[in-house]
Amino acid sequence: MKLEFDIASGDFSKAGRASSRIKKMLKQLQVDPKVIKRIVVAIYEAEVNVVAHSVGGKMLAEIDGTGITVIVQDNGPGIEDIEKAMQEGYSTATKAVRNMGFGAGMGLPNINRNTDEFTIESELGVGTVLTFRNNF
Amino acid sequence: MTLTVTEEEVEMKVSELVEKFGLKVFSGESGLENEISGGYVSDLLSDVMGNAQEGQVWITLQTHQNVMAIASLKELAAVILVKGFEPEEDTFERSNEEGIPVLGTDKATFEMAGNLFITLT
Repeated sequence: MKLEFDIASGDFSKAGRASSRIKKMLKQLQVDPKVIKRIVVAIYEAEVNVVAHSVGGKMLAEIDGTGITVIVQDNGPGIEDIEKAMQEGYSTATKAVRNMGFGAGMGLPNINRNTDEFTIESELGVGTVLTFRNNF
Repeated sequence: MTLTVTEEEVEMKVSELVEKFGLKVFSGESGLENEISGGYVSDLLSDVMGNAQEGQVWITLQTHQNVMAIASLKELAAVILVKGFEPEEDTFERSNEEGIPVLGTDKATFEMAGNLFITLT
């Protein structure tokens, strides 16, 4: 089963749409609530990252018999220093975004903690690709 | 036969909390019978996303609709806005859709959280 979502830059009102849809679907499939709780944290954070930091992108979620794989791809600007971005508390978010309670430097660490497999690749001027998976 | 009730077993519904502390109910009335498992206090959304637990009451001063996205994903019992803050229009709507009440108090976070802590423990 495959789901695809477009994620627009700057539109915080839509952040949570993908995670909410996927959560409903996993519930219908009677996936273990513990698995659902973890993956929705990762998906929500990934959505917010695309909204807050990129020029826009998309999310692909694939559910198979053994788990869920999510690929989040944006069209730039790319992350300058991935190691720093992965550090708890490090953020390049604007003041406006921080005032909303985002940009605390916890997004990527939250994704890392709440997934079984997680990779991040980024190229300046091109974009960032996150791939993560949780097993049922 | 004896029945022992320990302190951890205090059970409370959102409606009882509303009554006890005179909280304003802005929206999400259909969730007033939600059971409360505890509380969480934070204005950083990723902190709540990463650490809040199902059934908790979230005390915050954030009023925008992402608060409801998080409350829904985490299956929180209710949200309490402090210091007289009011929810934005789309927060209001989302709260009604999700059946998660948005409540309000004039108290500051410290006092509201203290009251909730004493009540639940």
